[in-house]
Amino acid sequence: MKKLSVLGFIGILLFLFSCQKEDAESNRLLNVVFPDYFPAPAYDFGANPPTEQGFELGKKLFYDANLSADATVSCGSCHQQFAGFANLDHETSHGVDNCFGKRNAPVLFNLIWKDNLLLDGGIKNLELVPLNAIADTCEMATSLSAVMEYLNGNSTYKRQFKQAFGTSEITSQKMLFALAQFTGMMISDDSKYDQVKQGKTTFTEEEQKGYQLFKTNCGQCHTEPLFTDNSFRNNGLDIISSDNGRAHITELITDEGKFKVPTLRNIEVSRPYMHDGRLSTLNEVLEHYSTGIKNHSNLDPILKNGISLNSEEKISLLAFLKTLTDQTFLKNPKFSEE
Amino acid sequence: MKKILYAMACVAIGLASCKKEEAEIIGSGTLNFEFENVVDNASLELNTKTYTNASSEDFNISTFKYYVSNIELTDSKGSIYKVPENYFLIDQSEESSLKPMIEGIPAGDYTKISFTIGVDSARNFAGAQTDALDPLNGMFWTWNSGYIFVKLEGSSPASVATNNKLAFHIGGASATTNAIRKTSIDLAPYTLRIRTDKVPEVHIKVNVAKMFTGKQDISFATYNTMHGGANALLIANNYAEGMFSLDHIHN
Repeated sequence: MKKLSVLGFIGILLFLFSCQKEDAESNRLLNVVFPDYFPAPAYDFGANPPTEQGFELGKKLFYDANLSADATVSCGSCHQQFAGFANLDHETSHGVDNCFGKRNAPVLFNLIWKDNLLLDGGIKNLELVPLNAIADTCEMATSLSAVMEYLNGNSTYKRQFKQAFGTSEITSQKMLFALAQFTGMMISDDSKYDQVKQGKTTFTEEEQKGYQLFKTNCGQCHTEPLFTDNSFRNNGLDIISSDNGRAHITELITDEGKFKVPTLRNIEVSRPYMHDGRLSTLNEVLEHYSTGIKNHSNLDPILKNGISLNSEEKISLLAFLKTLTDQTFLKNPKFSEE
Repeated sequence: MKKILYAMACVAIGLASCKKEEAEIIGSGTLNFEFENVVDNASLELNTKTYTNASSEDFNISTFKYYVSNIELTDSKGSIYKVPENYFLIDQSEESSLKPMIEGIPAGDYTKISFTIGVDSARNFAGAQTDALDPLNGMFWTWNSGYIFVKLEGSSPASVATNNKLAFHIGGASATTNAIRKTSIDLAPYTLRIRTDKVPEVHIKVNVAKMFTGKQDISFATYNTMHGGANALLIANNYAEGMFSLDHIHN
């Protein structure tokens, strides 16, 4: 009797152990890793710990055009990995029915360091960004209820939601959690700049000159190491801005024509530039800052006199900006459409 | 040993006497609400009925829904019970939503109910939510994070918007545009008796017309489309004044 119960007990223990092991294997927690010179993230993964299966589900959702009104547009349509998840050569986002939005699709990476998102900062939490693209009549042009209906009617999704979250019930929260796991894990931290920062390599003379120029002329807004201070500023594109920018959210006259300072990481590959994609090359961008600043009533005081750069300096600055390109991230198959 | 027995007996007697003395007000009970949406003296009927606002403009209503959250009950001694984690979306088109229920309220005699019309600031700026706060309910702005606290849609010949539409989406929880309003309802002459064995019902009348009058009369010729923002505060200030009132309590 004693032997039997002991054996039974061991049996149960083994059984429990193996179950646990299997669960752990089928859905491993993912570590969020970034360099020690990055600040503390703004997005808290606490309520939404990223897992292997959650990430995979997020990726599937990100690349699924069936989420849009006519099954033509996925998140990945306007957010292409090779362009730092911006939309290469598209001035503004290209949605269903060939509708063009009014703003340039921003790059997607290092999003967990943003306490608000979009060019006007209208979205306050990473998890909520997809709602905007789903509903925007010039993007996916559908509704959350249509998306939920599609997901609930799809057996592959049902299985994947169960693997990711333990229950097969599909809710909007779980969908948004999964997408936040995928987009939140997009971290670009392996550019040459990073390698220099970590002592693995050194800048060329040209790049070093450019880095000094950058620190003097650009670093106040494009603050290292994320290359944005996440503030809203007017950078003198127009005397009167046709897009009221941040003021769309705050209704403040003092926010008219201000937009979120974009990161400069992967800037080399994410053309065109500016909130409406009006500048197609980095040379044009530098030209704008050196000779093209227009005196908008909310023009950022830093730019009042423009940034004086001679042609040699421009070349150096460009050389530095290219050290912010992170091929490891741009080509990481983890984030690629399958 | 004797001492212990004696002590135990004392405790037992003590407990028993306690129970006897305050038998009626221990434990917890359930409270039912009924939100009856009306337009002044008329019942609210979606789409079919025509109403008149304080500016003598005709209008009809196709959608009327709003959040009630952070309910607090004040008892006759002045102490306040805050109902934990409660967000109700009252939707005229969803019969079942009109009668929310709260369980686990400490038994007692309550004299005042207060609640937030809308959603507290924290939840406006939190991540993806569920249940009443699920963005699936169509009460969350996708371009400017935050909940629509009160949504009224319909039409009025006075409205200059396309197809004479009315769209009042009231909300906003930012420092500059804060539409979060609290309302308090004094229950006198009633007392709300929460008991383990009874389910009282608090019947609240919600007068839609008060969105458009009170602090400021709203003419649909001037105001017909709001998606939060400064103008929405005019409506919030109106409905905070007197949209919610007590009709009666069934104890």
